[in-house]
Amino acid sequence: MEEFIKQIEAEFDDLKPGILKPESHFREVFEWNSINALILIAMVKTEYDVTLTADDLIKSKTVNDIYSLIETRISK
Amino acid sequence: MALFSLSGTKVSGISAAVPRNLESNMDYRWITKKERESLIKNIGVETRRVAPKGVTTSDLCIAAAEPLLRELNWDRREIELLVFVSQSRDYLVPTTACIVQDRLGLPHSCLAFDIGMGCSGYLYGLSVAAGMLQARAIRKALLMVGDISTLTTSYRDKSTYPLFGDVGTVTALEYDPDAPAIHFNLQTDGSGYRALIIPDGGARNIMTRKSFDFKKIDQGIYRTNLHLEMNGIEVFNFTLREVVPNIKTLLNSTGISLQEIDHVVFHQANRLIIETMRKMLKLPPEKVPYSIREFGNTSGGSLPLTMVAKLYDQLRTEPQQLLLSAFGVGLSWGSAIIETDRIAVPDLLEV
Repeated sequence: MEEFIKQIEAEFDDLKPGILKPESHFREVFEWNSINALILIAMVKTEYDVTLTADDLIKSKTVNDIYSLIETRISK
Repeated sequence: MALFSLSGTKVSGISAAVPRNLESNMDYRWITKKERESLIKNIGVETRRVAPKGVTTSDLCIAAAEPLLRELNWDRREIELLVFVSQSRDYLVPTTACIVQDRLGLPHSCLAFDIGMGCSGYLYGLSVAAGMLQARAIRKALLMVGDISTLTTSYRDKSTYPLFGDVGTVTALEYDPDAPAIHFNLQTDGSGYRALIIPDGGARNIMTRKSFDFKKIDQGIYRTNLHLEMNGIEVFNFTLREVVPNIKTLLNSTGISLQEIDHVVFHQANRLIIETMRKMLKLPPEKVPYSIREFGNTSGGSLPLTMVAKLYDQLRTEPQQLLLSAFGVGLSWGSAIIETDRIAVPDLLEV
């Protein structure tokens, strides 16, 4: 999880280290738009070889929600 | 599997023409300054060439053909095949290639037709032309690929308007029994046809007065049914899922390694997607040229435009083995490996 947060922080310049927590609602922490969605999808695909769909992002609220999705898909 | 090699086709030259008229995404006031900066940084489009109303793809292609034919010193009477690949034709009827045959002064013995494809169109057009050259009925061919995409995007749609630019390109091909084979891996998944679509104006949804009504789709996204709509996340995920395996299959089947390839030219869809695939393939940045910053997503013409704009010296002065990869509307995608040896590349033309 710590690693995942570091990876997100590395991708988003506006995000100051330490602000993002597992329980953070990602739509509130940084300006959420379609470009940021693509950046997150690209990072997750590169680092974990997991695909996040538009639906996944709509249903997820917190950083932890996304992380759990990645974990379930890796273990499959 | 549409995995095949065609021998006997030499790529003799490539040329491209863009409109002189330039639009900068820093001036795109429909979105905030911060959004503009994020768009330029991540999607990678800073400026785009926009054709004035009434200028067609075929106008740009014909402009690009003239210096190429001069440099090659080709006799037009010997050109017996003209393939025009575009989704922005001059008229609904007739075929644009017929008009171009006459305007370019090509002989009546010339076979001319259109192929209606977008992002992946260069590879499809190249495979059709190379197949006809391999059949040895034809000795010289022109492949024209381009689009005026800016005509069909809505200014008030931030998901499409700042992405696209216009271009017309020409590739000169000729029969040469000693030419190295061109290898292809072409694929299709029509179940994703809605991911990139202009809904109205064809036979499925005939144009009505309602086709012109603007609708709010989302925040910052207003368009009519005659505008291009794109499901960005779906197209993005399709590309990340399909393109790298497609390339690896082509490399495995030909026994060519990525180390032997001089440059990998990707369809210029967006910087983020190309960078992600570049990392997946472990390619160094210097092997992957970009034209998207200056020209945007130029649809089917993006491969030849990137070659003319970014590999100009290499193509003119050295032998090159190139891996070309294109993907998008259809959904349709593919890759090809071509070898060139000091070909004709006129300076990028502005019209």
